[in-house]
This record gives sequence, structure tokens and C-alpha cells, in this order.
Amino acid sequence: MPEDLASPGPQGSQRAPDATQVVSEARPGGEPERPAELEQITGRRFGGREIAIGLIFLLPALIVLGAIVVYPIFFTVWRSFYDRLGDTFIGLDNYREMFTRPSTLISIKNMVIWVVVAPFVATVLGLMFAVLTERIALGTAFKTIIFLPMAVSFLASGVIFRLAFEASPERGLANAMLTTVASVWQHPGPYRDSRPSDTANFENLDPGFQTMSTFGSGDVVKVAMVALPTDRVPHQAALARIPSTEAGAITGVVWLDFSKGGAGQPGVIDPNEVGLPDMAVRAIDRSGSAVSSAKTMPDGTFTLAGIPPGEQVKIELAPQSFKPKWQGIIWLGTRPVTPIGPAIVTISIIIAFLWIWAGFAMMLIAAGLSSMPEEVQEAARVDGATEWQVFRRVTVPLLWPVLMVVLVTLVINVLKIFDLILIIPPGSSQADANVIALELWRVSFGGGRDQGLGSALGVFLFLLVVPVIFFNIRRFRSDEG
Amino acid sequence: MKKYHVKPRGARFFLVVLIAVVAMIAAACSSSSDTTTTQETGGEGSTTTAAGSMPDLSGQSVEVAAVWSGNEQANFQKVLDQFASDTGASVTFTSTGDDIATVLGTSIEGGSPPTVAILPQPGLLNELASKGSLTDIGPIAGDLVDQNYAPVWRDLGSVDGTLYGVWFKAANKSTVWYNTQLFDDAGATVPATWDDFLTQAKKISDSGITPVSVGGADGWTLTDWFENVYLRTAGPDMYDQLTTNDIQWTDQSVKDALSKLADVFGDPALLSGGVDTALQNGFVPSVTRVFGDSPEAAIVYEGDFVAGVISDETNSVVGTDALFFAFPSIDGSEPSVVGGGDVAVLLDDTPAGQALIQYLATPEAAEIWASNGGFVSPNKAVDPAVYPDDITRQIATELAGATVFRFDMSDLQPPEFGGTPGQGSWAGLQDFLAHPTEIDRITQEMADAANKAFGG
Repeated sequence: MPEDLASPGPQGSQRAPDATQVVSEARPGGEPERPAELEQITGRRFGGREIAIGLIFLLPALIVLGAIVVYPIFFTVWRSFYDRLGDTFIGLDNYREMFTRPSTLISIKNMVIWVVVAPFVATVLGLMFAVLTERIALGTAFKTIIFLPMAVSFLASGVIFRLAFEASPERGLANAMLTTVASVWQHPGPYRDSRPSDTANFENLDPGFQTMSTFGSGDVVKVAMVALPTDRVPHQAALARIPSTEAGAITGVVWLDFSKGGAGQPGVIDPNEVGLPDMAVRAIDRSGSAVSSAKTMPDGTFTLAGIPPGEQVKIELAPQSFKPKWQGIIWLGTRPVTPIGPAIVTISIIIAFLWIWAGFAMMLIAAGLSSMPEEVQEAARVDGATEWQVFRRVTVPLLWPVLMVVLVTLVINVLKIFDLILIIPPGSSQADANVIALELWRVSFGGGRDQGLGSALGVFLFLLVVPVIFFNIRRFRSDEG
Repeated sequence: MKKYHVKPRGARFFLVVLIAVVAMIAAACSSSSDTTTTQETGGEGSTTTAAGSMPDLSGQSVEVAAVWSGNEQANFQKVLDQFASDTGASVTFTSTGDDIATVLGTSIEGGSPPTVAILPQPGLLNELASKGSLTDIGPIAGDLVDQNYAPVWRDLGSVDGTLYGVWFKAANKSTVWYNTQLFDDAGATVPATWDDFLTQAKKISDSGITPVSVGGADGWTLTDWFENVYLRTAGPDMYDQLTTNDIQWTDQSVKDALSKLADVFGDPALLSGGVDTALQNGFVPSVTRVFGDSPEAAIVYEGDFVAGVISDETNSVVGTDALFFAFPSIDGSEPSVVGGGDVAVLLDDTPAGQALIQYLATPEAAEIWASNGGFVSPNKAVDPAVYPDDITRQIATELAGATVFRFDMSDLQPPEFGGTPGQGSWAGLQDFLAHPTEIDRITQEMADAANKAFGG
């Protein structure tokens, strides 16, 4: 890990002795074996011999680091100037291609969302959990539970969330919960998904249907319906029949024009074909208002009374009978959550990330909290500060160094996020959830097999991480000094 | 300053560390991937040879690499075991995991390729052959291929006239699977033509089951749909040209094929669960949607391997609850099969490797696996009676009886166009599934992606 390079190393011995050096609060029990302090304790400078011995002890680590960190970095930079096969020098072409590929632009956009949202929310959640669990009786148990996801491999977490976010409420936990809650006030129509067989003569009101042609008093309307799953035929449904004509009224029948095994004839009420009861039917006049309404009987018949002679109306099968069942959210879909993105799938993956990392943030912050002197908070309380003021003005400022550690660690983690995005989205939305690390892999190995372009992406990702690591080193140093 | 004896010690230390690092890297290279599993077959000590023509190869060893794992690996192992006991050679099988291209590429670069590799993509055969990584499989194997296979298979195993591979296993990807119960309930019959297919699908839709299940989350299911339609509407010559990008994706023939496909994809009465479900469901859920305990669709198109998914993932029984019909003919097209295959190639020219390639071209080798199921051989000398069930026999018969056979187009295209999620034809056809009316825009985008992938 590059951040490990931040430890002071041998150059510490060149520091001037600093008598006033104080071990920072944030690093309780800082080790006195550091060279500068050792120098103070032993009271002598290190000679060439010690430095040589030191180097010998460092050599294995340096060689290993050189072979698996430094060399690959330089090789990657070198490789990024060569083509797909690695034998033609193409200058900056890979970089030019990288920034003109739509998938890179999507990756960068997603990366920004990730960096802005995920570490911040995870830290806030961690802070909330840490502060709150300090106050409750089973705090440790609660903390353990929040921390548990860290013990699960990210791949397994990805699989869990892939399943939890399945679109079908029968399989996906998230939609199962949402649709169950929604079903308290949502009442889908009993005839949802069904349609008149003669679709050309009906206008689809989505939901609901209206005839194209008009009818007048004394007419008999036959509406043949199809595509109703057999298990949703109401049990009170009776055999359909054609009603007789009535003066001053439109009569009709709505029936399920389907016999098992395809035995019946389309458009004809065959034996065994049943009416569709309790469907709201309305007569709509030219101005679009309902002049009469009725409900179908168990045999599917209805009577729209009070049609004035000469009036021509359209027959509407009212929307409430066809209202679709809400199927939840397409969590792993590509619809943008705002007009400029990101796709909802990115948000869903961030939720999975939070599930894993909030526990990590909580643990670090809780450790910081427990090392914080109680007296400061007590003093503020005695002075009459409210709990919110204590939290806002005392706890958070004192925790600031820890919060920064957590935030920076999470930012680095987010910049190289890969596994969750490989696993959670289905193939149809993976491109919309793309991030640079995944794009790098896809271009280099996962189908693209262009390791030149992949190396360019690697260099780009490296450059993105460098400022964060630099910031981390700076902060580390200032903590120590 | 005094020179210390540290320096020689340091140098030795350096050497030790260097050796350790090199050893680590070497170990990492040779084990290549976590999913790699190795099984060895000891052939020594065996004296009984079934096939009299088999050479004695005692003491020689063959290393075979293929993507197969699990059941397929176990069945192929039986074939290798027979070869080992016939010849006395010792055979090691390595399962490369899905990404055989990378694994082989690494081992070729590292100078230690397997003797024989079974490539799942015809495109990879061309690529390795043009890189010079393959060796001619020789005249004996060539004669066996001519004798046991239809001519098309020699062409498909050759690059620039040199025969590099023996097609050992084939797949029929022109099979449309249906739920017999739901067909009976709706009174639907097996269609032979596209128009009849739409009529029957409509009949099932009227019965209350939106019939056609599409696993659009996996782009390859959509390329397979398209290829079957295109092979029938545009014909094999155009198919070959589109495969190599010699005609553009904006060609009218592509648009016509997509319009045909829109008959199904664009009709909410036929596309089960609507577009959202089709795009969210992968291949396996698209099959369980048809053959699960409470089926929500009646028809799923995909290759012969659907049978395996039905057996593994559902309680439906292939052959009674689940049957298939050949992808319907469009506007009087000839019996056409889009398929796939696994080709055995020789990476290291040893006598034992040559012998194994020759063995794999014989019906005897294919029949070992065929009798165990889950296998269709392109070898026409294989006795159909060895197939364990009617479905497999029907698959094999359709494959053998097809007037036109073409490989899965997307397997032959550069993977960034034909084989990568979110790119090229996969992304284009997913886009088409979501927007079946925007054919002009989508074909233009696919043409751009194809031109780029083909380096044009």
C-alpha cells in the first residue's frame, strides 16, 4: 500500500534534536524508539556504520518494494505510451483515446459522485453510530453488528447486494420491503395486465381502455378481454352471457375470451368462458364527461342506464380495474436519478459501500471518542451547553483529526473501488455504473485486451490518488511535528 | 573509513532476496489463477489398448488446457483417461477458468504453453495462429477431419489454408425452448416460421402469460437473438461480411433484421415482464422464468445449454415439461444453425500432442463424452444412438441437418465489440431492447463502435 510509505524512515535521523517535541494527542503512546528520540536518549549521533547496518536491514524491504511497487509503476507509465500489442510507440495516443471514450467520461462522472458522497456519508454515519452507541446499554453489541460487514469479503457483500437489489419483489429484498409497505395503501386493479382482444378498436388509457367507436341507447356492447392470468379470474365469476337490449340504456358484457387449450373462438362467447365481475364501466359523451356508469355483474353484464336518445357515447373500462401493481424500484437500472445523472445503479452500489464501511468509520471514531477526556464535555455541560452544542462545539472539533483520518482513508478506498461495481450491477447497467478502476480492468483484461490504454488509465488513476496520499503524508507529518 | 565485512554479507543477502523474489514471481506465474484446478491422469502401467492404431507413448506427457470445469471437466477427463490408457501417455488437465485468452497468452509469453488447448472461440484460433503460437496438426489428423467431418469444419479450423484445429465439441444456438404445459393451456403449436411464431406467441399472451422471456442483462443472449434473425433475413454471405465488418452495421440488412426482432422486443404483449425485467434478468433467470415452479413466461430462446440450466435450476423435466423447436425460418430461409464450438489446437508440437489431437478427431473420443450427456459432437461419424436422450439427439440432428451453419458472430468479432459488457454489440442490442424503435440511431452507434474495434 502506498500510504505505508508515509512512515518517516531513515531520514528522521537527520532531524535536529527538538527538546520541546510533544507527542501528539492523536497518537497516544507514540513510540520513543524513533531515531530522533533515540538520539536524544542515547545522546550521540549515528555514524556511517550504523547507517550501513540500517541499510542492510532495510535492503530486503527495499528490494521487495522496488520489485512490486516501484518497478510496476514505471513500467505502467512506459507501457501507456505503446499500443495494444506493446511493440509500437504511439506517444500520447492512448491518453487522447482515453479522454475521448464515452466510458471514461462516465467513469469520471461516477468517480466524482463516489468521492463526494460515499466517504462523507460513511463518516457521518460512523460518527452517528459512535456517539450514539456510547450512550446505550448494549453499545458494544450494537457496534459489533455494525462492524460485522467488514468481516465479510467485498465479493460476498457484492453478491448479497446483487440479490437484495433484484428488481423482482419475489427475489429482491429491497423491493420486497418497499412493495409490502406500499401494499398497505396501494390497491392494484384486479384486471391489471389484461386487455381487450380487439386492441385496434380500443384506446389504451394506460391504465384503462376506451372504445374508438361510439354507441347509442339500445345498443349491446361486447367486450372480449384476454391476457388475464388464470389465477386472477375472480372466484365469483359466472358464465358469460349476452344481455338483452334495453330502451334508454346501453347494455353489454365484458368477458374473458379465452378457453383453456385455445378451444374457443375469438370474439365469441364460448361455453366455459366467464364474465369479469366488478369492473367499472362508464359511458363517456363527446365532451369527455361520464353520462352514466355501472359495474359488471358476476356474468360480466352491465347496464348503462339513462342514455338520452340520439346521444352517442364511448364506453370506457375504468382505470381503477387495470391499475398496475407497483413493482418497486429498479435499483440496478440505468435511469438517472437527476437529469444529469448518475444512474440509480451507482446510488445503489454506494448504499452497499456504506453498509460495509460505516462500521469501519464507527470503530475508528469510537476509539477516538474513548480516548477523549470526559472533563471537557463535562465542563461544557456545567456551563449550560445543550447536548447538541456539546456535540457540535466540543466533541466534533476534538474528534477532527480522527474524522480526517477516516475521511481520507475512505477517499482512497473509493478512488480504487472495483469489486462492488464488478459484481453488483447486471450486464445491462454495468457500463452506467462504471468507475476508473473497473474501466482499467475491462480495457486491459476483461474483453478489451488493450493493455496500452489500460496502462494509461492506470496512470490516470494513480495521478488521482497521489494528491490524497500527499495530503495524508502532510497531515501525518504535522501530527508528529 | 574501515571497510566492513558487511558488504559481502549484503551482497549475499541481496542474492538471497533476489532469488526469493524471482521464486515468488515464478510461482505466481505458473499457478496463473486461483480458479485453476489440475487433475492428473497416470497412464503408466496400462497395457490394454482398445484402439489398435494408438501409438505407444509410455513416459511421455501431455498437458491440456480448456475452460471446462465441474461436470464438463469430469466428462472430458473420461476422454483423456481413455487416451491415457490406450497410449500409456500421462495426461494433465488444467481448467483455465473463463478467461482462457489471458491464461494462454501469459503461458505462451512465459515460454511454457500447454501441449494442447481447447479453445472455446473460433476468433482465438485465428488470433493465436496469426501470432504463430499454433502448429500445423499434421496430415494424419487432417485426413481424420476430412473423413469424419463436413467440409465446413475443416475451413473453420484452418487459417490461410493450414489446418490448426479439430472441432471436438459443438453447440447449437438455434433452439427455442418452451414450456409444454403453457403451450397446451394456450392451445399453441410449435411454429416453423417467424409469422407463425408471432401468432403462437400472441395466443399464449391471450391466455394470460406474456410469452417471451429475454435475459437481456447478459448482452450475449441478445447477440444470439440477432444472429439467428440476421442469418435468416440476410443469408450466410451477408452474415460473414457483417462478422468481419465488411458491411457496416448501418446497412439496410441490419436494420431489416432489427425490425424483425422488434416484432418481439417491441411488443409489450409478447415481451415477458416488459423492458425493465428483460434488461435486469440475466440468462439463468430468463430460463427459470419459463420453467420455474410458477412460470411467468412460456418461451425462452437460447442455445442447447438451456437444457442444463433447466435440469439444474428448476423442477421441470427436459423432454417432457421442456422441449425445443428450431429457430423459426424467416421468409422461407433454409434450415440454418448458429452455433459454437470448441476446437482443439496444438501449441507444442510433440508426438504425444499430435496423437491426442488425432484421437480427438475420432468418433470414439467424442462418443465417450456423448454417452455421458451434455455434449454434441460436430463429428458426423458419431453414432446418434450414443446420445443419452431424445433432446440431445434432436439437437445433434438439427446441427447435422442444417444447410447453413455459422459460428456465433460475436465470438468471431474483436472482444471489445462482440464480447464485453457495456460495449459494442452487447451494449447496442441492450439499447435496442430498451428502445426498439430507434433503429437508425442504434445502428449508427454500433457501426461506430465496430469500426473502432476493427481498427477501421
